[in-house]
Amino acid sequence: MIQKLPVQERRIVYKHVDEEGYTNDIECYLKNGGYEVMKKAYQAQPEDLRQEVLNSGLKGRGGAGFPTGMKWKFVDHKSGKPIYLICNADESEPGTFKDRQLIYQDPHQLIEGMMISAFANNCAQAFIYIRGEFINGARILENAIEEARAKNFLGDDVLGSGYSCEITVCRGAGAYICGEETGLIESLEGKRGYPRVKPPYFPAVLGLYQCPTIVNNVETLCQVKHVIDMGGDEFAKIGVKGDSGTHIWGVSGHVQRPGYYEIEAGACTFGDLLHDFCGGPLPGRQFKALIPGGSSTKVLKWGEKFKVKHPNDGQEYEWGVEDIPLDAISIGLCGTFLGTGGSIVMDDSTDMLEALANLNAFYGHESCGQCTPCREGSLWLEKLSGRMTSGKARPEDVPLLKDIADQVAGRTICAHGEAVAWPVQSAVPKFQDEYLDKISKQASGQRYNPAGYPLI
Amino acid sequence: MDLSEQTLEKIEKTIAKFPKKRSAMLPILHLIQEEKGYLDPEAEEWVAAKLEVTPIQVREVVTFYPMYRQKPIGKVHVKVCRTLSCALVGAYKVCEKLEEELKCKRGETSADGKYTIEFVECIADCGKGPVVQVDDKMYELIKPEKAGELAEEIKRMAEAGPEAVATAQPGTPGFKG
Ligand SMILES: Cc1cc2nc3c(=O)[nH]c(=O)nc-3n(C[C@H](O)[C@H](O)[C@H](O)COP(=O)(O)O)c2cc1C
Ligand code: FES
Repeated sequence: MIQKLPVQERRIVYKHVDEEGYTNDIECYLKNGGYEVMKKAYQAQPEDLRQEVLNSGLKGRGGAGFPTGMKWKFVDHKSGKPIYLICNADESEPGTFKDRQLIYQDPHQLIEGMMISAFANNCAQAFIYIRGEFINGARILENAIEEARAKNFLGDDVLGSGYSCEITVCRGAGAYICGEETGLIESLEGKRGYPRVKPPYFPAVLGLYQCPTIVNNVETLCQVKHVIDMGGDEFAKIGVKGDSGTHIWGVSGHVQRPGYYEIEAGACTFGDLLHDFCGGPLPGRQFKALIPGGSSTKVLKWGEKFKVKHPNDGQEYEWGVEDIPLDAISIGLCGTFLGTGGSIVMDDSTDMLEALANLNAFYGHESCGQCTPCREGSLWLEKLSGRMTSGKARPEDVPLLKDIADQVAGRTICAHGEAVAWPVQSAVPKFQDEYLDKISKQASGQRYNPAGYPLI
Repeated sequence: MDLSEQTLEKIEKTIAKFPKKRSAMLPILHLIQEEKGYLDPEAEEWVAAKLEVTPIQVREVVTFYPMYRQKPIGKVHVKVCRTLSCALVGAYKVCEKLEEELKCKRGETSADGKYTIEFVECIADCGKGPVVQVDDKMYELIKPEKAGELAEEIKRMAEAGPEAVATAQPGTPGFKG
């Protein structure tokens, strides 16, 4: 029997992802109406296109959620220097796997979105910085670019408009920090991916080669195509006030059907996502914790209650984790972030201290090493939680974890400092009872939660 | 340094795509590593001359990025994702099983030079975890019970010539790599 879902997906950028018979070549894209929006856009004035994006309320999908139209407004058009567009295809936030599908399955949608964005901002050249591990993804993009060039969708005098723009693909080499936009820019200049100090190095003014630069995520640039297609005002009607459009929820970990689901902002709750779309917990298990939007976002715990007053309707609510609506505003009210929409689900078989140690090991490995608090702090956290999970924990280590994290956040050049601190700062108060219980039982030499897999 | 005509041609084409030569650093290092297997001081000096920078400016890049190597590795490169989403569904067990089957510890190359096993951080395929990237191919949903099967496939790759290990073709399971 087919069960009817109470909420349906609303696929806009994922319209053709996993579609039977859909291929990533230009013929298939053209057959499905590809590049028509771009043709229309190239008849318009660039500033009108920018206004549409501003009106749409589209926010960046790379994690920080900055309004795209606003970002474009900050671009310095008067300097006389070339303006560059960079597509951030680094997709390296743990738990995030949404851009991968767009790159591998629908590369021309990204190219169309980029060529519209480049034209709208008078960009001299565009780049796709793709993570090094997407080896075939880079090949697919290179191939798609050549196909698009052959049809004059990029290159010289695009579609007879007099506007010329190239897209160049650059593969990274395994460093998470190159997802941070200024680290990315340094990397694209052929250097170590050390993030830059802002101010003065705001990309919109002093970006690539010290020229005005726009850095946007893959999904953001794909969404731009649909903003221009629908018109900004129409796009703004999708979703909720303050968070328009759809979000791709990539769910991983302990659910029956992990995967990706494109859902209108605010159309359903975490409960709907995890039960109806993802099939609920594994047999015999119960949900315990959720990292909502990529590993850096603050963890939520089943049983927590969030008392909020919603700015959109002025109403007061008391939500459990499963009641939180899937939009950036509501999730923000619960003290965490929508981030990249990469939700990591943990059930009651999870050893929460090992889970924290796993993430600490990630951040310890990925700190670029420029700022002392992040370089030292992330390594201390990695070593401390590594020791704590190897049977040598002391009760006083628990507050010490948070103490270290407190001294990292807000003291670094880029937001990697927050990324290091937030998992610890949010997990320690919520799960310290479990940590202490584990510590009190560690002498037995047995694994604390033997039903779950080892996480470190 | 002797590089194949093909690689040299690709390098020239790559440099031409960037407004400044130095921006071609990462792609060129990938190209050389793909041909030579690793990046030695000679390669660093060659790239420095090519991009008109100093050798130390190349070395600082080579030593910063995890994907560049200064030593040769085994014939087949096995990367097991260890980050949380994959770990929650058994990645650590998968790695142990592969280590056992291939007689090779993580972070090392097997004595016969056939395999290098590495633990890597999230490779953006978390919904299909545990995932293992073998050269440029991606193997998804490798539950610990299935690790033995994958080990057999990896052994076949090591036996076959380099052609069999080369580029994954569209439509094959590995193409997502
Ligand atoms: C440590 C760190 C890692 C990041 N990684 C990524 C990434 O992999 N992909 C991405 O699009 N943005 C990433 N970002 C966010 C970018 O800095 C930037 O905000 C984003 O690319 C802007 O695009 P958007 O406005 O379209 O979201 C990262 C930020 C930080 C601090
Ligand atoms: S955690 Fe393994 S692919 Fe993301």
